[in-house]
Amino acid sequence: MLGAESAASWQPLPAWLAAAVAFGYLFLLFAVAYHADRQARLGRSWIDAGWVYALSIAVYCTAWTYFGSVGRAASSGLWFLPIYLGPTLVMLLAAVVVRRMVRVAKQWRITSVSDFIATRYGRAAGLGRFVSLFVFVGVVPYVALQLKAISFAFDVLTGVPTAPVPGWWADRSLWVAAVLVVFAALFGTRHLDVTERHEGLVAAIAFESVVKLGAFLLLGAWVSFIVFSSPGAIVEAAQARFGTAIPPIDAVGGLQYGDWAVMIVLAGLAFLLLPRQFQVMVVENVREGHVERAAWQFPAYLVLINLLVLPVALAGRLFFGDSQLDPDTYVLALPLAQGQSLLALLVFVGGISAATSMVIVESVAVATMICNDWVAPWWVRRRQVAALGHAEIASTLLWVRRVVIAAVLACGYGYYRLTGESFALVSIGLISFAAVAQLAPAALGGLFWAGGSRTGAAAGILTGALVWGYTLMLPSLARSGWFEAHWVEAGPWGIAWLQPERLFGVQGMAPLTASVVWSLGLNTLVYVLVSLVFAPRGEQAQWARRFVRVDAAAGSGGAWRGRVDVAAAAEVMARFLGEERTRELLASHARERGLASPDALEVDAAFVRFAETMLAGAIGGAAARLVLETLLEETSPSFDDVMHVLDEANQIRTYSRMLEEKSRALEEATRRLQEANEKLTELDRLKDEFISAVTHELRTPLTSIRALAEILADDPDLPRDDRLRFYRIIVRECERLTRLVNQVLDLAKLESGHGQWHPEALEVRALLQEAIEAIAPLAKEKEVRLEVSLASGLPPVWADRDRVVQVILNLLNNALKFVPAGTGIIEIRAGRQGEGEVAVHIADNGPGIPPEFLPYVFERFRQARSDATKPAGTGLGLAICKRIVEHMGGRIWVESVPGKGAKFTFTLPLAAGAAHEDGGRNDDEEDPGGR
Amino acid sequence: MTKKILVVDDEENILISLEFLLRRAGYAIALARDGDEALAQAERFSPDLILLDVMMPKKDGYEVCHLLRQDPRYERCKIVLLTAKGRDIDRAKGLALGADDYLTKPFATRELLERVERLLAPAPGAA
Repeated sequence: MLGAESAASWQPLPAWLAAAVAFGYLFLLFAVAYHADRQARLGRSWIDAGWVYALSIAVYCTAWTYFGSVGRAASSGLWFLPIYLGPTLVMLLAAVVVRRMVRVAKQWRITSVSDFIATRYGRAAGLGRFVSLFVFVGVVPYVALQLKAISFAFDVLTGVPTAPVPGWWADRSLWVAAVLVVFAALFGTRHLDVTERHEGLVAAIAFESVVKLGAFLLLGAWVSFIVFSSPGAIVEAAQARFGTAIPPIDAVGGLQYGDWAVMIVLAGLAFLLLPRQFQVMVVENVREGHVERAAWQFPAYLVLINLLVLPVALAGRLFFGDSQLDPDTYVLALPLAQGQSLLALLVFVGGISAATSMVIVESVAVATMICNDWVAPWWVRRRQVAALGHAEIASTLLWVRRVVIAAVLACGYGYYRLTGESFALVSIGLISFAAVAQLAPAALGGLFWAGGSRTGAAAGILTGALVWGYTLMLPSLARSGWFEAHWVEAGPWGIAWLQPERLFGVQGMAPLTASVVWSLGLNTLVYVLVSLVFAPRGEQAQWARRFVRVDAAAGSGGAWRGRVDVAAAAEVMARFLGEERTRELLASHARERGLASPDALEVDAAFVRFAETMLAGAIGGAAARLVLETLLEETSPSFDDVMHVLDEANQIRTYSRMLEEKSRALEEATRRLQEANEKLTELDRLKDEFISAVTHELRTPLTSIRALAEILADDPDLPRDDRLRFYRIIVRECERLTRLVNQVLDLAKLESGHGQWHPEALEVRALLQEAIEAIAPLAKEKEVRLEVSLASGLPPVWADRDRVVQVILNLLNNALKFVPAGTGIIEIRAGRQGEGEVAVHIADNGPGIPPEFLPYVFERFRQARSDATKPAGTGLGLAICKRIVEHMGGRIWVESVPGKGAKFTFTLPLAAGAAHEDGGRNDDEEDPGGR
Repeated sequence: MTKKILVVDDEENILISLEFLLRRAGYAIALARDGDEALAQAERFSPDLILLDVMMPKKDGYEVCHLLRQDPRYERCKIVLLTAKGRDIDRAKGLALGADDYLTKPFATRELLERVERLLAPAPGAA
């Protein structure tokens, strides 16, 4: 016991030395991380080892542990322990909880604790955003705490500067924070895909864990075995000095065993759900097997780092108990007071390492959360992103993460500057713990209880967050002097039961315990009740089952293996067939087998056959069999594999859905093709008919010609009259043949579209007069009267001159053919028809057309041959007229009253610009062209 | 005894040529220009043979052929279809309906006369 009574004063180390050591250490960290990254790229992963994993989890031990544990132990004895007992218990149960989380996270490529919760509740983006924001707010004090610890360690080591602070830039913790931002940004945002791990980061964290453990053990050993003879000697000395060396748990500051238990639970929950813990334990996990080893390695680490806390604390009390020295400074004060500068620097480095590792991982984890939940979805939704390549998107998002990392540290720094001075390390840390613990009901409940729903989770977390903020955060801010603290004591507006630290008037709990009990209790209650009311359905229920069942497959359980229940099979089917359809199918299958409900189904051969058939419909036979075999086989592969197969199959299903769409499109195309084919067949039939009709029309005159020619040839003594008569018939039939051939060719030309058209602006009047002049001699011969009445000032039409004349002549010839000789009258009129057309009417007083024949007048070879007197025509004239008129954009039709004649009308479109032109010519109103 | 032939066609010039040809070969001729007229003439004229065009107004040759074949009075009357459609299906259809022969237009006059003669010759062993 040397110098035990010495005062709390020592020779401070020079500031430049402390700074050099601190920054030197940080650069060593850079080197470690850089080297680990390089090794990983060469295929030699440093972090793929169980003990590295366990060491990385030791990021849990922050500066709070490092300085605060001794402080706490010095003031409250064993009360430093619950913070470590909680995680120890959790790790001993790692196979139940952590392993499941790791498995789920790997299965669904989960990137953060907020992503975990959002995914569990059906990829609930809103819930994820809320959780990440809340966690962000919750961990900012914790980051502040680390920065405060660094600054505090500087002060202890180099002495509190007496001169007034020259400016913000002189604050060393700010520069440390800046270096940490660079580090976290460099090694925490290497890749966009979280499944590519941060080798360098994790290696550096593990290294830091070694440093802080080594430094603390060294200090403890020095205190216990060199300053004092043994830990026992310290305890004895303390007992001699203070009466009791280690006070009983319930003898400290009004705390009870209940508070102790609550602290353990709180620490355990925080250990699982703190963003940095989730990052190293779940996201950065290389192998599931590492979890099993860490289950004892990490508790062993905790034992080691806490082993000498009490001796150091008691020694500190023995040395500095009388001075007002902050117990948190004991770890540094002890070596300094003894003149052990080198040891003090080592301990300082240990403290820096504890603080920096936490800050780095926490900021990376929170940045990932904020980036993925807030920035990425918003940014990806913007249109320009679609145009960017993967590399550009990745680099942009990585930069966003870097900015968020800087923001997290900036917030932490700001919080520290604003409130830092007023609080002990422990209380700041506990505020963050209590915040993060609010995620527990949703996260852990979601892992074990399929009934937990999105609404329940959101309501629970919101409730917990509100109670936390009101009972813990607000009082802490009030005590920091942000606003008046008296309402914390009296309750807002003096309402006692609203006192934040004695909610509902319940007394007897420490403020922290009360806050945790109320917030977590109400949180859990609301989560369960709301989930029961708004149970998960559809996709959400699928996600619930995925999370809850993830562990049942492999691991220890035998229940699932080889004895698949119908529900599991149904879940698989639902993934491919949809929930509703699966329910229908199961119900009908149950009915077929004479069962009352699908619940009575059992997995037997028939059921498997049924399931396979149904699945095969969705994903094909081979994949269906694979899925079911994997599900059913005795030596079933792990659930991971099944899920992997399912994922692949799911992709296949996506493809198959695309295929279905394609095949629907194909069906549509086929249908159209069929229509086209039918049309073609119809056209082919019409062509055959046409050829047959043409053949008939050709053979008929040929028959007469041949018969008569043979008669003439056989009998040279034929009477002259007969001979002449026959010659004349032959000539007429030849003319008929010629006409027919010409018209067939004409029609073919019109129909194929190869005809030569020379449209121009034409005066209908002139054309009609031309045609009438051409037909006049024939009319005269048959004594048929032509009555012409053409409106004056008709605008020009747009048409082919020769074709229009052909149509008019054809119609006039037609009329002439049918009107009775002697009394026949043909009326020819022309006038405006509507806005843009000129109409030509040609009417006769012939026999007319029978009504049943009217629809076919313009078809080929459809002459009305109702009477025996067959007009000499080819049967193609009107068909040709129709095609010509329609080609020029006009219409043609016929009206007829049988026995009174027929009236043909055709229209032609006006030449461009003629439509609205005022017919300003002063021709005769009518041309009384009667002949 | 002079054999009687009814010629049915809607083409005036064919009627002219066939009437001249057959009359000169020594047959008695009646003419008809459509299906209805053909049936009326058949009843009035009781021909031994009918040259029947297929494509005609009112009733076509097939229909006339069918009606005649159902009437026992024309049991012994020969029917020769004349058609401008030279397709096998038309020929088969005509023979199925009870026509005795089938000629495609245009035909050689000698061929027509030979067939008519053969059809009108007394059946061997019948007398």
